Amino acid sequence: MNVTDTINQDKTPPHGHSGAPSIMPSAFEEPFREPLVLGNPTLHDITEKISSIPLLTPNLKFLITLFVFASMALWGLACMGYTIATGIGVWGLNNPVGWGWDITNFVFWIGIGHAGTLISAILFLFRQKWRTAINRSAEAMTLFAVMCALIFPLLHTGRPWVAFYWLTPYPNQMQMWVNFRSPLVWDVFAVSTYFTVSLLFWYIGLVPDLATMRNYVKSKLGQTLYGIFSLGWTGSMRHWHIYEIAYMILAGLSTPLVLSVHTVVSMDFATSVLPGWHTTIFPPYFVAGAIFSGFAMVMTLLVIAREVLDLKQYITLKHFDNMNKIILATGMMVGYAYAMEFFIAQYSGNPYESSVFINRASGDYAWAYWIMVSCNVISPQIYWFKKMRRNIPVMFVMSIFVNIGMWFERFTIISTSLHHDYLPASWGYYSPTWVEISIFVGTIGIFFTLFLIFAKFVPMIAIAEVKSILPTSQPTHHHDH
Amino acid sequence: MSQTQPVAVLGNFKDPNVLMNAAKRIRESGYQDFDIYTPYPVHGLDKAMGVKRTILPYISFAGGLFGFANAIFLMAWTGAEHYKLNIGGKPLFSLQFAIPVTFELTVLCTAIFTFLGLWGLCKLPTWYSPLQNDAGFKSAVDDTFVVSIFAKDQRFSLEATTKLIKDLGGDDVRLIEA
Repeated sequence: MNVTDTINQDKTPPHGHSGAPSIMPSAFEEPFREPLVLGNPTLHDITEKISSIPLLTPNLKFLITLFVFASMALWGLACMGYTIATGIGVWGLNNPVGWGWDITNFVFWIGIGHAGTLISAILFLFRQKWRTAINRSAEAMTLFAVMCALIFPLLHTGRPWVAFYWLTPYPNQMQMWVNFRSPLVWDVFAVSTYFTVSLLFWYIGLVPDLATMRNYVKSKLGQTLYGIFSLGWTGSMRHWHIYEIAYMILAGLSTPLVLSVHTVVSMDFATSVLPGWHTTIFPPYFVAGAIFSGFAMVMTLLVIAREVLDLKQYITLKHFDNMNKIILATGMMVGYAYAMEFFIAQYSGNPYESSVFINRASGDYAWAYWIMVSCNVISPQIYWFKKMRRNIPVMFVMSIFVNIGMWFERFTIISTSLHHDYLPASWGYYSPTWVEISIFVGTIGIFFTLFLIFAKFVPMIAIAEVKSILPTSQPTHHHDH
Repeated sequence: MSQTQPVAVLGNFKDPNVLMNAAKRIRESGYQDFDIYTPYPVHGLDKAMGVKRTILPYISFAGGLFGFANAIFLMAWTGAEHYKLNIGGKPLFSLQFAIPVTFELTVLCTAIFTFLGLWGLCKLPTWYSPLQNDAGFKSAVDDTFVVSIFAKDQRFSLEATTKLIKDLGGDDVRLIEA
């Protein structure tokens, strides 16, 4: 079993053996599939193309972009420091809205991470060869998104230096332990596991490519660093044998993580009693929404990357076509969830539940709600049309819309439900302060800075995997040679 | 200067079909200490070489059991034995509330054991190879399949091994010495 198990079903025109068609009559002619790598590169071409990207001297555009995002990141870090030094009072949180932009951002970033793991793991198990051009950057995106996400639960405790003490079960002289019934504790385990497993999976995938870099770069420093991190990988088939099995095991482990981690995050809300939160649709709704927003972010990153780094023959329109289909599908699931939530709220006869949903659409936060609906439900419908799925400017704009819409979805869920709960005397409006906005902008800066650094030093496309899916790279399986 | 010892005979290949046939024939000729270096895993080549199935899945499974057991023990002992925590009169330990943490720790420990098992079984990191200065060997992570039959093998003989690889389609068949 390996990455390219279906090569003999891949009906590119028959190759080898003087181009003569197969003698065996085929009862079923599969339709011709679009090539996943354009231009028929040789193996060495692929190595050259992708390995040379980290070696490009950083030009002015790169440095300016890096500077902009790094400045955003530093500004955000400064505001985080200000929050810690002064207290959560510098945020706009109040009673009743005790969770605002902080938890919205947490769920937003974690959700984005899930697309990377889906591409890496789930598409691998489904033997979708097109994943090989995008899985490296998507998985890197996951790691950076989770790093940005983790900032918020730590920061929102107000005293993050004791967060470790509160959240992790460690022996202490008070004999105090955490409450394992709480989804907040589940979050600790789920997100740490998710980050660790994603990191391990990403690194395992990287090792053969780092070996390729090691043997490609000319500078001693490059050879040393890539050499250290590639662990001395030689390409030995005996190692590949173990490697492929390890890869499959990790893919199998990451797949349930995609589903479970965001389920656990959704339980932060679903296990409460708040109308608008306490609903069983949350786990699948959140997971679908996470994949939806994650793919949009991958799209944003890759549309730019393939343009700037000239990777159009690897990240082709076919890849984007497939990704947009997934965006459409998950967008519909999210739309279904909106409709179902609203329907059940009415059908249940629970006056609090129905009032929350009517309030969402027509109350103080109606503006947020309608941004959410138009971005998440209405705009992806454009992807029913193949021409739109393959149109670069359209998909770039759409990906931004989806990111915005999904941020507003989390904001709507969290803030509107909190601001309008059971007792009218409890109701209250929430707006963020400049500090919260700055911290969020800061995490965007951190995310893009990390991604730029990644693109600068690490092969952005999984070199070995792309090589293995070329039509001519695997032996044919006919026995009558 | 000590006398140079033969380490291995190397041969370059370009076509995966030829390579598959070569691997089969080398194994059938009785060689056991040989390897093939490829830029990507070639489907079926490990089987053709006679590589035994790895024990890694067992290591991963052990990791899973370890994680599972630790998770259950952690929650059951801390909450139901050491400091019995009464939350709203709910059971001190129940499988239902324990599922998320148990699942996550099982996955985490399986992943860690798999990671360590992979590199352990591959005996990596090993930052040195006697073949590392050979240009063809270096291109094995780029675009060449490199067959290597080691001198340590019982059936190794410079002429016969070299002839075998040449006959199987290898280019630039050469001896590497240490």
